[in-house]
Amino acid sequence: MSDNVGVGVHDQETLETAADDEGGFLSGLRPASGLLPGSGSPEDRKTVSFGDAAAVRSLPLWSLIALIVLAALWWAGTRAWGFPDDFRAATAAAYEQKDPPEALTDAKLLTECRLAGIAATEAGEPAPCNEDAYSQFLSPAAFPTPADTWRGFNTLRTEGFKNITLWEHARTSLTRVGVGMLVGSLVGIPIGFAMGLSSRIRGFFDTPVELLRPIPPLALIPLFILWFGIGNPSAFALLIFASVWIMIISARAGVRDISLSKVRAAYSLGASKRQILFRLIVPNALPELFTGFRVALGVSWGTLVAAELVGTDTGLGSMIFQARNFFRLDVVVVGIIVISIIGVLLDLIVRMLESVLIPWRGKGR
Amino acid sequence: MKDLKVDSVDMVYRLPKGGSVQALQDVSFELDRGRLLTLLGPSGCGKTTLLNILAGFLAPTAGTVLLGDAPITGPGPDRGMVFQQGALFEWLDVRKNISFGPRMQRAPRAETERTVDELLTTVGLQDFGEKRIYELSGGMQQRVALARCLANDPAVILMDEPLGALDALTREKMQGLVLKLWKETGKTIVLVTHSVEEALFLGDKLFVMAPRPGRIEYTYELPFAEIGLDVEPRDLKASPEFIERREEILSLIWEMEEQIMGHDGG
Repeated sequence: MSDNVGVGVHDQETLETAADDEGGFLSGLRPASGLLPGSGSPEDRKTVSFGDAAAVRSLPLWSLIALIVLAALWWAGTRAWGFPDDFRAATAAAYEQKDPPEALTDAKLLTECRLAGIAATEAGEPAPCNEDAYSQFLSPAAFPTPADTWRGFNTLRTEGFKNITLWEHARTSLTRVGVGMLVGSLVGIPIGFAMGLSSRIRGFFDTPVELLRPIPPLALIPLFILWFGIGNPSAFALLIFASVWIMIISARAGVRDISLSKVRAAYSLGASKRQILFRLIVPNALPELFTGFRVALGVSWGTLVAAELVGTDTGLGSMIFQARNFFRLDVVVVGIIVISIIGVLLDLIVRMLESVLIPWRGKGR
Repeated sequence: MKDLKVDSVDMVYRLPKGGSVQALQDVSFELDRGRLLTLLGPSGCGKTTLLNILAGFLAPTAGTVLLGDAPITGPGPDRGMVFQQGALFEWLDVRKNISFGPRMQRAPRAETERTVDELLTTVGLQDFGEKRIYELSGGMQQRVALARCLANDPAVILMDEPLGALDALTREKMQGLVLKLWKETGKTIVLVTHSVEEALFLGDKLFVMAPRPGRIEYTYELPFAEIGLDVEPRDLKASPEFIERREEILSLIWEMEEQIMGHDGG
């Protein structure tokens, strides 16, 4: 099968050749239009394709450009354009004199500027720093600048937020998602396999699965807190709930993916029912299972922040919500970025595993 | 020595909406060991149904099928099967595909490996043992399917349009391989095909089947397979005798097709 999605359009001339066929036997045959005088070189050939959907790989250069554009927008949008440098320098120096010395963030600089302005007005003096003197799209009070975020990241990395480092939060979150995925797979895959293999079991499980599957895990938080209490158990239950239906459905689809002729071939080669299950149906279902695993992992990672709302005190999600209570926007943004990057990495890892473990994927039949 | 004995076999498919289709009616024949029987006929004549009954995938609604003296009750390693699209296991490499049958029956490993080596050479894939299935061309995949079936040393090989999905040139080459395997192993082969030329070239016995109900209409004993390896295949297929037979059978099949069309009012 070819991946060519481009839609070719016949050369005008070929169509006309067929139309003016009025001669005798075989007179309608002409040399290929490309060879006719004046029809031009192959590069002039008129072909039409719709976009370049056929190009599966996006160009890495363009991904890089998009990343730079995003970073530049962030920098330009939060930067205080035209901010007086002398005020910044003076404030930074004053902060270093403090005991213990404090680093001056952009958010604090803004506060200092406002305070200085108010103090000067009350004293009837000209303001050393006027908030209106510079322009910015996003106030540091609403979105941290890249520099503040970087500083926040470094603090999180070394000291942590409320004495728990970023890595510890990330590790806790990853463990939760890992356990959720593991239990979800261990429960979901056998059920899915049984559903694929037996119409009775399929009939039995079909209704509950279809009814429970569309429920967003978030909607179950009140119930889960009542049932499992606050903290880890509820988080695990939510993550298992997020992954188990996807695993059931992909396992079921994987079983049904086997072709009748493969099963017949195996029977003719003397395989027993048991051997057909473990040597044929299981390996044949692996690509579908992997797809399900990838989707479930993405959904679980996405549910994580919500899952950690239920009263856990570690984890990237709870870190974000605690930081929000203290207006530590830098911590919030660092948490968001780390969640995003880990999500991308997880997907990459699963995809790499996939190409190593099931290289035959999409190449069967 | 009789190998396959088919006695007044009927096959009726029940349709889900009620009613039924008679796929085979009163089919009887005997096939000696070491014959190569080709089944030919317009679509709907039940040739694949017959093959599936021989394989044991389907149970006939009436009649008996014997292999040697034992009735066929289900699929088994004594009847190897080759499908149109290999039905190979793409998660295994070529060697593991070929050794699948012996491995399932827990044959001694060293012996199996030796068999695989021999078979790889027989089908001309000696350098491809470690390749994955999807790295092979369609013709090579069918070679693997043939070798996989031979690895079990079946009494009968059943082929369901084994060369149907190949391009014309590869198909001709593979016909030579089928003939060679038949001569070298002396196996009984039953081969279903759509191609009159292939049925004539490969079969030393040929059934032309007719539809509605599916039945064996004409039986031919053919000389071409016997000499197919000794002469140039193209010369054989261009010989007057071959062409005469080909046209004769083609017109038979055309006649049947016309009857079906007339019958349906189409």
